Amino acid sequence: MFAYISRRLAVSLLILLTVSFAVYVIFAFLPFDPAALTCGKNCNDPGIIEANRRRLGYDLPFFTQYFLFLKGLFFGRTFGEGAALINCPAPSLGYSFQQHACVTNLIGEALPVTFSLAIGAIVMWLALGIGLGILAARFRGRIVDQLSTIFVLIGTSLPTFLTGLLLMVFVVIRWHLIPFPSGNYTPFIENPFEWAQILFLPWLTLAFAYAALYTRFVRSSVIDTSNEDYIRTARAKGLSESVILGKHTLRAALAPIATMAGLDFAGLLGGAILTESVFNLPGLGRLAISAVVKYDLPIIVATTLLAAFIVVIMNLIVDILYAYIDPRVRVA
Amino acid sequence: MTLLKVENLCVDFPTPDGLVAAVHDTSFEISPGETLAIVGESGSGKTVTNLALMGLIPLRTANVTGSAKFESHDGPVDLLAMNRNDLRKYRGRDMAMIFQDPMSSLHPFYTIGDQIIEAHQIHNKVDIKVSRDRAIELLEMVGIQGAATRIKSFPHQFSGGMRQRVMIAMALVNNPALLIADEPTTALDVTVQAQIMKLLSDLQKELKMAMILITHDMGVVAGAADRVNVMYAGRIVESANVRDLYANPLMPYTQGLLASVPRMDRPHTERLSAIPGQPPSMIALPTGCSFNPRCGRKSEVGASKCESQMPDLTTRGNQHFARCFIGEGA
Repeated sequence: MFAYISRRLAVSLLILLTVSFAVYVIFAFLPFDPAALTCGKNCNDPGIIEANRRRLGYDLPFFTQYFLFLKGLFFGRTFGEGAALINCPAPSLGYSFQQHACVTNLIGEALPVTFSLAIGAIVMWLALGIGLGILAARFRGRIVDQLSTIFVLIGTSLPTFLTGLLLMVFVVIRWHLIPFPSGNYTPFIENPFEWAQILFLPWLTLAFAYAALYTRFVRSSVIDTSNEDYIRTARAKGLSESVILGKHTLRAALAPIATMAGLDFAGLLGGAILTESVFNLPGLGRLAISAVVKYDLPIIVATTLLAAFIVVIMNLIVDILYAYIDPRVRVA
Repeated sequence: MTLLKVENLCVDFPTPDGLVAAVHDTSFEISPGETLAIVGESGSGKTVTNLALMGLIPLRTANVTGSAKFESHDGPVDLLAMNRNDLRKYRGRDMAMIFQDPMSSLHPFYTIGDQIIEAHQIHNKVDIKVSRDRAIELLEMVGIQGAATRIKSFPHQFSGGMRQRVMIAMALVNNPALLIADEPTTALDVTVQAQIMKLLSDLQKELKMAMILITHDMGVVAGAADRVNVMYAGRIVESANVRDLYANPLMPYTQGLLASVPRMDRPHTERLSAIPGQPPSMIALPTGCSFNPRCGRKSEVGASKCESQMPDLTTRGNQHFARCFIGEGA
């Protein structure tokens, strides 16, 4: 197992290196001058642009730039010199001249928001999707199953920005079921209650879409597994239906859910762009979108890399986890 | 004494195309320690008969009627009259079942030890250690080397034959009075088949249990069975002691089955005989005797009789019964 994990880690590192290079190549050869972009819309002063170019290292050859970027990840990086010296300590993802901040700090502020959003949403959709999926499979063809089909249809059809707005309009404004989110995102450690209150609707919005997919997946997985020979064996032993479902059917039926949930969670951590925009949450998705709009290249490179990093790491975690769930994929 | 007496068992599956009578008015009995073989082509109702007895046919998919009087550990019961929840007490304890495909009949996520222990625990209020020892004992009994360590292995770490041994160990863990073996060797290599059949008959003698052996392999039947029921299209068409059946098959279908067994003592240039035609569709059974479209001996009693009337299962002496107009009342 240890050899397997180390091997996978090495491969993951290689993937990340490749991704980082690819991202860097794409943005290095975009038809924009990164130095010109640092100086605002109506700035035509070549002196300032050239000065910024030197400070940010855009005057260096491409490979030197890439190497400095990688080096900054591990050892930190400084931009400029003298009184105008900017120091971004490791892991440095560059400096955003437009936001006047180290990218790492910007991400450090946005990541907890996105993480909070993703973790609450995944708990909700797993509970809802798995629960409803099992019920629908257990009472196949009956009223619960039919209701779940309607839920799946609505959930998969409605885009999150619409669900989010509908929830906002009805749950908060019309029906006053929960108070209007009182303003900005509050970190969990500051005020857990307010944190949950502000995130509740975004959670619901995301969970609604994902739960529909999971309901459908769990339902068919449970039905398929119920038809397996080993479930008949369990029944022939004299086990009760609840033990057969809980211990034999679900163990096998939910194993693939681990993979699915891991990757969906990773995808969300990369930034839930629509949901964050609708609910005005300062997460990674919004950071990335505003950077794209303003051609803030260091942030775009960093958020892309971060998303890739999260997916690769989650993949590894899921694979290791899966070996514990399914003994057939365990390696010696 | 009779261990199990099945009377008028009918299993119908309603389908969009009509009612499928998978098992029709079937009666038979089995004594303690006896081996009853049920033979027939695919779809003849042999497996459904036994799934019905075990209560393993999904409830809403079929109508099961008839009675099955069974001598259980707490007195005589009717397996078909009780609800599924009560049946659980006897399933896996008084009667156990092993299935055709050992590759898919064991849960892939649990060790074989866990699976056997679970089968013991459910019917015995004993410490898990007792069940564990029992599991090891059974695994040794079915010939698994190093049972004490193999108990921690997962099914995928065993070969097909070994998995079937595990299935047998699991079925026997509660000393059942009746073992139903549904084509236990069909999915295995020929050499392994012989080992498994030998194991089953050895264990049967040792544990004095009755066995219903479902198979389409006439060779297996000859070696293992005491009595044989031949099924065709959901009905028993012939029932006899194994010697009588092989020496004197009465129903043309049985004769066809026996003639189609390859034999070492015949010239190898001879073509293997086959029963002409296909098994009938269970939705549109032929009128009269179900076998009549494939029967080569209709003319002996007049084809019109075979095509219009279903013969009864009648005695031919010496506990030999046949469903055929030929030789009836002779």
